[in-house]
Amino acid sequence: MTTVTKKTTNTMTTTRTATDHSGDVRLSGITKTYGSFTAVHPLDLTVPEGSFFALLGASGCGKTTTLRMIAGLEEPTAGTVSLGGQDVSHLPPYKRPVNTVFQSYALFPHLDVFENVAFGLRRRGIRSVRKQVEEMLELVQLGEHARKKPHQLSGGQQQRVAVARALINHPRVLLLDEPLGALDLKLRRQMQLELKRIQTEVGITFIHVTHDQEEAMTMADTVAVMNAGRVEQLGPPAELYENPRTTFVANFLGTSNLLEAEVDAASGDDIVLRAGVSTLVLPRARCSAPATAGGKVLAGVRPEKISLVHADDSGEVPAGRNRITGRIAATSFTGVSTQYVVDSPVCPRFEVYAQNVDRDPRLVPGAEVVLHWNPAHTFGLDAAQDIDAGVGTAEEEALA
Amino acid sequence: MGSATTSAMTTGTTPVTAFARFARWFRRRLVVFAGLLTLGYLLLPNVVVTVFSFNDPKGRFNYAWQGFSADAWRDPCGVSGLCGSLAVSLQIAAWATLGTTVLGTMIAFALARHRFRARGAVNSLIFLPMAMPEVVMAASLLTLFLNMGAQLGFWTILIAHVMFCLSFVVVAVKARVMSMDPRLEEAAQDLYAGPVQTFVRVTLPIAAPGIAAGALLAFALSFDDFIITNFTAGSTVTFPMFVWGSAQRGTPVQINVIGTAMFVVAVVFVLAGTAVANRRKKQQE
Repeated sequence: MTTVTKKTTNTMTTTRTATDHSGDVRLSGITKTYGSFTAVHPLDLTVPEGSFFALLGASGCGKTTTLRMIAGLEEPTAGTVSLGGQDVSHLPPYKRPVNTVFQSYALFPHLDVFENVAFGLRRRGIRSVRKQVEEMLELVQLGEHARKKPHQLSGGQQQRVAVARALINHPRVLLLDEPLGALDLKLRRQMQLELKRIQTEVGITFIHVTHDQEEAMTMADTVAVMNAGRVEQLGPPAELYENPRTTFVANFLGTSNLLEAEVDAASGDDIVLRAGVSTLVLPRARCSAPATAGGKVLAGVRPEKISLVHADDSGEVPAGRNRITGRIAATSFTGVSTQYVVDSPVCPRFEVYAQNVDRDPRLVPGAEVVLHWNPAHTFGLDAAQDIDAGVGTAEEEALA
Repeated sequence: MGSATTSAMTTGTTPVTAFARFARWFRRRLVVFAGLLTLGYLLLPNVVVTVFSFNDPKGRFNYAWQGFSADAWRDPCGVSGLCGSLAVSLQIAAWATLGTTVLGTMIAFALARHRFRARGAVNSLIFLPMAMPEVVMAASLLTLFLNMGAQLGFWTILIAHVMFCLSFVVVAVKARVMSMDPRLEEAAQDLYAGPVQTFVRVTLPIAAPGIAAGALLAFALSFDDFIITNFTAGSTVTFPMFVWGSAQRGTPVQINVIGTAMFVVAVVFVLAGTAVANRRKKQQE
């Protein structure tokens, strides 16, 4: 790979950047409009060389359009796409050092597996392709299927042919458009690990488009959450999950309990909030909204951070914890954990996930309980947003 | 059945069961019988053509079986003008097939792939020649050619054939192109194939069955067209015109020989195609 990179760097003449991020994918202000509909709002994005980057969002959020603009299959209305410092915005797809794994694979039905994989090499005039194709088929464990036609393969095998067909060209960037969408859950898990392994092995930049938040978090180093043609938040999966900055991210990525609270005092490192009769503490560093005394913010906490005790044991709750009282509305046992829905005066449906270590038999629907959590796990969001943005979108997508 | 009825008179109980058994046997094979009857209905004319190609008619008409003879097979061109007309028909059919396939494929791609102003209109207008009564169209074509001062003959026949075969090719190819995943061409482009290579390596091979179907249809339609040809031929005589003309005066056995030969060639092609497809399938498994 280093040789390939070097060669392209040498041939670059004009627009080389001062800092040598030669393999970066850089989108500057790219926009796509169809008539009066804006699919992608002016978007700036840099994907570092060699990273596994995920564009996550519900359908119609502009993630696939963004990917297609990088591939050259869609021309941006405005803005530029550059690969390793070279502006490729106006190059046709067959002149870009980028390859795509298409949704539903788009394997050539009239060619066998071998010829599908060899297609890119042959188009570039490479004569002896046998060795490379065989090596690539070994990498995706399809060596013995070389002479089969695509329709004779299972979904998972077709998926791997699609990956091999793209990777054999050693692209600067591999684009993956919902590559696992057509597979069943078990196979999808397996392919997630497989793709991650291949990416580590070949070291090529992967840009992965998906609506599956779990898939994005499992595979990617960096996730950009897109909503309505804009990137809502970008960062490593753990950061996005632990410290979402918008209600959409909080609800789309996993589940969040959000409650509206009034700022009581905002001094020092902590913000003190009042929600009903409860007083909550929120670290200032974890609040993305401007907090002034008397203003409002949305306080959030993830379901698994919360501990649940019966109201009779409320004395056992250590000091310094955020606490809220409520009544259990529903419970569901899922094996490793139990999920509780708690009705509380400050938040109607508070979700709590508890590991099944020591189950308290008193925690049944109707029981009065105290919820408490470490204040450091609280995050604060701007109260001017729709508190339910992104709720249910992920589930609907998964069903579709 | 005969024995069943006689036994019915003697014993009184068996006939019901015997008839019921036959009815059940018949009902279970009803689909097979219906299939065989339909096949017979379709193939009987072909059988007659073949059988009468070995006839030895005493008069000028080949309408009654008189005796076996392979004379006509030994000398298929023995009737003056027959093989000449056959050659004309084959030439016209070949050129018409080539012309309609190229034009029709281009029209089909334009209609299936591109959005242009008159697309809707063209889409329906292309079917008009199929809907127009052939004899009316033939008469109109003659009027048109005469008004243009065109010399009737090979070229006017060819132009007319390309015209009426075009709709069929467009329909066959368009159906195939419409069902083609547009992402395949995007994938080809993504894999370094320029527009020409994408077309040659991906689009054309995938559209090929539709194009082949259209071409075969055009050949068959052109080869045996009589009405339009008769109006636009001038003094040129095609094979269908020769058969029609000779039927007025007497039908030579050679007509049946040519018909049988064409039928055999078509069957051989179909069998060869099936055999190749089967072997390919077996290799892949």
